[in-house]
Amino acid sequence: MSQPPAEPPFVEVRDLRRIFDVSKPWLNRMLENAPRQYLRAVDGVSFDIRKGETFALVGESGSGKSTVARMVVGLLPPSDGTVTIAGVSMNDVAVAQERQRLRRRIQMIFQDPYASLNPRWRVGRIIAEPIRAFDIVAGEAAIEARVGELLTLVGLHADDRIKFPHEFSGGQRQRIAIARALASNAEFIVCDEPTSALDVSVQAQILNLMRDLQEQFGLTYLFISHNLAVVRHMATRIGVMYLGRFVEVSESRQLFSNPRHPYTRMLLDAVPDLAMTGKSREGVKGEIPNPISPPAGCTFHPRCPLVFDRCRVEPPPVIDGVACHAVNQGREAAA
Amino acid sequence: MQSEAAIPVLSVRDLTVEFVTRRGTLRALDRVSFDVARGEVLGVVGESGAGKSVTGSAIIGLIDPPGRIAGGEVVLSGERIDNLPDEAMRKVRGRRIGMIFQDPLTSLNPLYRISEQLIETIRVHTDLSAAQARARAIALLDEVGIPAPERRIDSYPHEFSGGMRQRVVIALALCAEPDFIIADEPTTALDVSVQAQIIALIKRLCKERGTSVMLVTHDMGVIAETADRVAVMYAGRVAEIGPVRDVVKAPLHPYAKGLMGAIPSLEGEAKRLVQIPGTMPRLSAIPPGCAFNPRCAQVFARCHVEQPELIAVGDRRVACHLYDMPQSLHDASHGKPEIAA
Repeated sequence: MSQPPAEPPFVEVRDLRRIFDVSKPWLNRMLENAPRQYLRAVDGVSFDIRKGETFALVGESGSGKSTVARMVVGLLPPSDGTVTIAGVSMNDVAVAQERQRLRRRIQMIFQDPYASLNPRWRVGRIIAEPIRAFDIVAGEAAIEARVGELLTLVGLHADDRIKFPHEFSGGQRQRIAIARALASNAEFIVCDEPTSALDVSVQAQILNLMRDLQEQFGLTYLFISHNLAVVRHMATRIGVMYLGRFVEVSESRQLFSNPRHPYTRMLLDAVPDLAMTGKSREGVKGEIPNPISPPAGCTFHPRCPLVFDRCRVEPPPVIDGVACHAVNQGREAAA
Repeated sequence: MQSEAAIPVLSVRDLTVEFVTRRGTLRALDRVSFDVARGEVLGVVGESGAGKSVTGSAIIGLIDPPGRIAGGEVVLSGERIDNLPDEAMRKVRGRRIGMIFQDPLTSLNPLYRISEQLIETIRVHTDLSAAQARARAIALLDEVGIPAPERRIDSYPHEFSGGMRQRVVIALALCAEPDFIIADEPTTALDVSVQAQIIALIKRLCKERGTSVMLVTHDMGVIAETADRVAVMYAGRVAEIGPVRDVVKAPLHPYAKGLMGAIPSLEGEAKRLVQIPGTMPRLSAIPPGCAFNPRCAQVFARCHVEQPELIAVGDRRVACHLYDMPQSLHDASHGKPEIAA
């Protein structure tokens, strides 16, 4: 945002929306005279990711992080808005062939390494699948060599290819998932809570590995986590989500040294303090509201210490990376 | 060894829990010892499989076969409770030891209003009449921070949010005014902003009521915020136990050092995380000697053959041979490259 990018961003997300129909079945609606109900999981989210950087989405449960991730990789069609990756639209039917070629460059790593690997396949076959599907290398011997190479790259042994997923621990499975993501020579990897199922010492191994691979191959990450400390460790830029919208988008360093939106401040304040500076915390008020009937105006206003009349009626636009009337009017100093 | 003259609320000595399987006997807890003083919060931290939850279950006598307490004793306010018959143990649970579990939905019966659950629990443990019990239930809900308790008491568990449900579970644990509460991962299922509220609540209750708490969690941040002392567990053994400030800021045991360094922090530079190679051993394959020896950077010959005992180092106790040497050797070992904290 500070300097105009010389080249167009690698990933461009514009005004992305996803509305889920959570109505009761037709008969119930007729009998109970109930209206249709919609859940706005993602409500107008825009961001850019530059090549080689890590953009993180952070927020509490139900804020829409994972829905954004699934729309970006194309697992879920957006209700509205566009995703453009490397200049190719992910929604435009006219460029279907180009998109097919692009798919190979996008991969995803999921939260639960127990669910994301086929338990009946040997590890070698799991990792070779993208290689075969996209014809990356030809010939069985070459594929086998490539699988061995990938396993070594993520810190496993080439001979591990003959084992089944159940023979590995959670951290090792996540390594296998990373090897599979790299198998198609992916450039853009969407990681949805990749370490939240892991113990801290294993989490450290995986985070370090992901950073090393990023340096080595110039990977671009969209990184999703609820853990602010993990995000701080990984991200170049961060988008803080609340009820399907961005409340603040900022450079990582800036966000942690100078959080501007009241929600970001509250979130940072709530993280248990390992440094034990004995900081007094402002009492955190309330909980995330029901996303089916979110509050009018700024969705954060019932919990906000800076709330005033305008917040209750008018949703704040994102101005200079912050969506808050109070900050835009220079009232945050009062807090 | 303990300086305070008063009897600890809970004293665990050499507690050993074994699970008998077809492939042999697995030792889930290996001579675990610690005390919890009145009004104190003892944090128990460790990674999956370290034996944190088994410790809690063993204390309240909820180890199911094929598991069994194979040795050691648990003493609650001067009275041994690990060998009580089932009927007597049931009176101890709930009345003298309260319990808070990770998932508030499993601790509450979804088919009953919380008023019924609270009143039933209160009447089982006290002589109050139904009306008195209801008044007490409302007072408890008020104490744990549920707004408009007179109205909310007749709601069902599903009508509460996750954080509010956990508050109800805490109220339930307080019903019989126990001296000691075991909280097993009480904030793990909650979002960070709600987690902060629940931590503050537990701290406040300890202070006001003088209740002791054993807080079991994998989250070092929660321990640092809440606990007075902390026990770091590894492969069913206590690796280090001491005042929380000492253990978090300057851990002694190589595993504790690695663990602290592995936690991404909100302070300082975002540098590369400390990495402990490998993973915790399975219970069926705990190496001889010190259980941490295959992953330890400071391993030496003795670690492979002899299991380290907990030895006093200042205010804390550490199970590591590095600290069990003549003073000169001890200093020399400190000269070795250490894992940066």
